[in-house]
Amino acid sequence: MRATNFNRLTPYLFLAPALVIMVLALLYPLGYMVYGSFRDWDPSQSLGESEFTGLANYVTLWNDANFRESVGVTLKFAVSVVSVEMLLGVGLALLLDRNLRGMSILRTLFILPMMIAPVVVGLVWRYMYHPTVGVFNRTLKSVGLESVDWLGQHALLSVIIADIWQWTPFIFILSLAALQSLPRSALEAARIDGATGWQQIIYIKLPLMMPVLIVTGLLRLIDAFKVLEVILVMTEGGPGLSTEILALRISRTATEFRELGVAAAMSNYLLILLMLLTLFMLAYNRWQEYRAAKAQRIMEGGV
Amino acid sequence: MPKIKLENLSKRYGNFEVLHGVDLEMADAEFTVLVGPSGCGKSTTLRMIAGLETVSGGEIYIDDRPVSQLEPKDRDLAMVFQDYALYPHMNVAKNMSFALRLEKRPKDEINKKINEVAEILGLTDFLHRKPAELSGGQRQRVAMGRALTRDSSTFLFDEPLSNLDAKLRTQMRAELALMRQRVHKNMIYVTHDQIEAMTLADRIVVMDAGRIQQQGTPEELFKKPVNKFVAGFLGSPPMNFLKASVVQAGDKLYLEGEGFRLLCDALTQSRIASLSGSSVDIGIRPSDLLFDPSASSDNAIDINVVVSEYVGAQSVLIGDCSGQKVMVELKSDTPIALGEKLRFRVESSELHLFDTSSELAIS
Repeated sequence: MRATNFNRLTPYLFLAPALVIMVLALLYPLGYMVYGSFRDWDPSQSLGESEFTGLANYVTLWNDANFRESVGVTLKFAVSVVSVEMLLGVGLALLLDRNLRGMSILRTLFILPMMIAPVVVGLVWRYMYHPTVGVFNRTLKSVGLESVDWLGQHALLSVIIADIWQWTPFIFILSLAALQSLPRSALEAARIDGATGWQQIIYIKLPLMMPVLIVTGLLRLIDAFKVLEVILVMTEGGPGLSTEILALRISRTATEFRELGVAAAMSNYLLILLMLLTLFMLAYNRWQEYRAAKAQRIMEGGV
Repeated sequence: MPKIKLENLSKRYGNFEVLHGVDLEMADAEFTVLVGPSGCGKSTTLRMIAGLETVSGGEIYIDDRPVSQLEPKDRDLAMVFQDYALYPHMNVAKNMSFALRLEKRPKDEINKKINEVAEILGLTDFLHRKPAELSGGQRQRVAMGRALTRDSSTFLFDEPLSNLDAKLRTQMRAELALMRQRVHKNMIYVTHDQIEAMTLADRIVVMDAGRIQQQGTPEELFKKPVNKFVAGFLGSPPMNFLKASVVQAGDKLYLEGEGFRLLCDALTQSRIASLSGSSVDIGIRPSDLLFDPSASSDNAIDINVVVSEYVGAQSVLIGDCSGQKVMVELKSDTPIALGEKLRFRVESSELHLFDTSSELAIS
């Protein structure tokens, strides 16, 4: 009896070290943050010394116009980069899904931006956007056009362009992989059924790619909500609050305004938002699996 | 129905030619079966007719109109694929109506057509299922149905039965034969299975190594194969081949090999008179060997039977004749014992003779 109990516990014993590390590395900081978000907490204090304020931080934020503006900027940024990136990435994949000479080199070139460190991307774009010596304005000038105040008047658009440049390749390679794993004979059948190139894309390719596209889009969306470095380097959130996305506001609240409790509450808002997105993604996956399982059952049931 | 003609059709991948000038003419509403081992070019030929592969040389004519530069959709054909190639995201009805919907035919007409075809194929209860919710045989039927809903004049089949299990394959083969009687269209069917070819075809085209070896009715090909390849490919169990030399003794000709010495009849004698002293390959169908212990050694061979494969009414004996493998097909109730040397009579008129070097039939 004892021996069997011990045997049954053995696997958990082996799992225990990993569990301890998980708790320490993942849950402790998270719990710390949640705990801190209920307190009026200054960096000079230890968390224990800070005063408990309940939901005050959350309520303040909810009514804070600047915070709301920041959420708005973040939403605008995330939604616009992801939709443009999806369009471009999927479009490019559809265009380049063929055996052209030098295709593999081209593909490698396409995914280069993704491999560059975000800080470097920010710096490169900041210099390219420079009002006088930047390559964009110099080019505009050389063809006799007015120069554009990229990081001033059009700051949000400029950071959106930079993000699109960096992350379209991500969508592109995943879409290309999805495209190339489509059943070839179904596409051939569509050609014989009389589908033109466009009709093949709309009726066959896109619907079959959809599961991959939805997951890719959600992953990208979650990532876009957390973007920090590129914008920090390019605009530092300015001018005004025009490019102050949430991640940036959180970091500034913590370091410049020294309000750790408020920053923690902000992080929690972001976390809840992302959690909802992730749950949606998981639910979608579960639904897919459920459908596959149902199909399997029906198949086994009747011949 | 339009006439389909292939003229000197060839296919190259880079410098590698896989199809070497195929000429073929298919009669109106004929069921043509392209058959051959893997890599013989039969599927490539079909896919070129379909327009899924480009043509490297030669031309395809449909009703005297060259079509090799046309898109598949402009060739007026329907195709059934080996892996069914159903659209996974559409239900059965949508799969079958895809072409009609692309043509923007009226809804009523589409529905009528689908119900009609579903009725023929026994798919009426499954119209709202997705392909993943169907069994292999049902998917096969949907693929067939998708081709049938279109009014194409030509049907192409690319090994449509090879993904099915043996029992289902036999059943679907019979259904195909039935459908073939009802549907008056050109059909081109690719398979590696010679039984499918023999049972379904009006005309069999045997291919090997990118060339047509022989074409004709199943009976022609079975009885008068032009070379050793065709002789060995068609028929199950396959034809036996024995090495022999033509020996003259007085005014008689013998085919003499290790362990046998067959006397030629007058007709055979005239066929090989000029070959006296040289060697030939003899082909004997397993069903042409008759168990006959009292036969004279002049028209019989002795076989050492090693294995007997019981298949029901018939059995297939596998044995050897002085080191050369021989198969015999005979009634299962024939009293024979394994491990013994048995005598089998063979009429010299049933022998197929082939030139040893060119492998062409000697006639």
